[in-house]
Amino acid sequence: MKTGRTIPQAKRILSNRLMWAACLGATTIAVLVLSALLITIAIEGTGALSWSFLTSFASRKPAQAGIIAPLMGSIWVCAICAIVAIPVGIGTAIYLEEYARRSRIKSLIQLNISNLSGVPSIVYGILALVAFVRFFGIRSADDAWTFGNAESIFYLQIPFGPSVIAGGLTLALVVLPIMIISSQEALRSVPQSLRQAALALGSTQWQVVWHVTLPAALPTIMTGAILSMSRAIGEAAPLLVIGGFLLVFQTPANLMSDFTVLPLQIYNWAGRPQSDFHKIAAAAIIVQLVVLLAFNTIAIIIRQKLQRPLQS
Amino acid sequence: MKAIPSPETNMEQPTTTSTSHSHSGSPTIGEPMTLRNDTAIEMQNLSAWYSKNQVLHAIDLDIAAKQVCAFIGPSGCGKSTLLRWLNRMNDTIPGARATGKIALHGVSLLEPTLDVVDLRRRVGMVFQKPNPFPKSIFDNVAFGPRLHRIYSRTDLEELVEQSLRASALWDEVKDRLTSSALGLSGGQQQRLCIARAIAVGPELLLMDEPCSALDPRSTASIEELIRELRATYTIVIVTHNMQQASRVSDTTAFFYEGKLVETGPTDVLFTTPKERRTEDYVTGRFG
Repeated sequence: MKTGRTIPQAKRILSNRLMWAACLGATTIAVLVLSALLITIAIEGTGALSWSFLTSFASRKPAQAGIIAPLMGSIWVCAICAIVAIPVGIGTAIYLEEYARRSRIKSLIQLNISNLSGVPSIVYGILALVAFVRFFGIRSADDAWTFGNAESIFYLQIPFGPSVIAGGLTLALVVLPIMIISSQEALRSVPQSLRQAALALGSTQWQVVWHVTLPAALPTIMTGAILSMSRAIGEAAPLLVIGGFLLVFQTPANLMSDFTVLPLQIYNWAGRPQSDFHKIAAAAIIVQLVVLLAFNTIAIIIRQKLQRPLQS
Repeated sequence: MKAIPSPETNMEQPTTTSTSHSHSGSPTIGEPMTLRNDTAIEMQNLSAWYSKNQVLHAIDLDIAAKQVCAFIGPSGCGKSTLLRWLNRMNDTIPGARATGKIALHGVSLLEPTLDVVDLRRRVGMVFQKPNPFPKSIFDNVAFGPRLHRIYSRTDLEELVEQSLRASALWDEVKDRLTSSALGLSGGQQQRLCIARAIAVGPELLLMDEPCSALDPRSTASIEELIRELRATYTIVIVTHNMQQASRVSDTTAFFYEGKLVETGPTDVLFTTPKERRTEDYVTGRFG
């Protein structure tokens, strides 16, 4: 059966085994590094984990310090980020994929979105500082437009200052490109034949999107949303730029409240010389990971529920 | 098993009439259908382009109501393009445009002001590959009616049953209407797509090679269905399969390189074509 130049049998088997070993090695390294990280954090942090750690405010004494403020801050900021970034991201993706005609402007927008997803998040922090925190300097903080009572949950001031809403909008800016691109890919993966079927039955463009394209793409869009939110909850740099606080002794009460988030608190504690603070930093990291895991679990459950009717 | 006799009767005719080849110049081709039926579709001087590429050249063609008209011709001859102008599906393709006139029951279809959404409700379409939505069988058929704001459960159930009966699928799926349409076989999926199109109550059904992705058995059931639907709907079918055209259609139009070469009653076109190219094509000498 030998024709021309064939690789000898033994050599082929050898190269197969070598590639197998190389790939296994790569996987092992990744798993080892990750588990080393998790184990050191677990060893260092579990001792400091307690109910009072979750429910107390920060303190100068590591034994009494807790993370209620950054935990609630993270939840508020991420909720605002999700409320803004997910609908705007999906809407943009629908416009670009389903409505926009092929044109130079569309390619320009597309190129910009792709580039924006690679911009360092600290740059968004600077933009947000100008736009949300300072409101382009049109009004000063002492002379702000005020809506509602300072005690009310609907209290709002413009400019926002370094508040929960400014933080949420900043993170929304950071994750928007990822959200748009992943939603676009989800929409693009819906077979053209389904759109044609719906159009041929007399659907308007919007009915095609609402009844066919979006339901078919939703599980994948949800995955993109999880990725975006996971990124948002881990961001520290842009929030530092807009003036997120390192020490906060209250949980947010409304959109104008001061806030800190878990990554900022971890950064604060990890930078201190006393080793007791390193322990509570590790404990805060564990909490952060659990929150992340909870996010992903919820999203996976939603995805499974949505996907069921699609399967045969 | 009703499917078997008619192809045979159609296949017999070539042998009986092929001897009288000299009669092929008979000028009465267009008349029988216009006498028996109203005209559903009129096309005059229809030309169509994709960007700068002209794919249809000055087509003049009338299609009778409640008959099956088959478009045949080699790949790239423009027959699918023509079909897709009848419900303006070409609007979705950038650079597609057409000049001339198409009228469906007197309504001009190429007007820029035409409500294409309404047109597509009056013109059902079945595609080459079965494309059921990833929804339940019931929801697939109810999709169109729901677009028309029919929401009452009893109305919908009645309509779904009627449509599935009309597409000869009811007995096979009546016990599993809530299960996914993707679990059906290819032939069943295609009949489901026909049911879905019928449920909107169209006047005209367009079929773009509806059997090309199906096995012979499913093809036979679809062909039988087409013959039954002819009583209610005007049907235009694009096909690559000459036997299929001869089995299911009343009239046939032969296209070549974007031009309508010949049209007439199917038995006449297949047995005594006027044009040399038609004869070469239907006898399998090219294409």
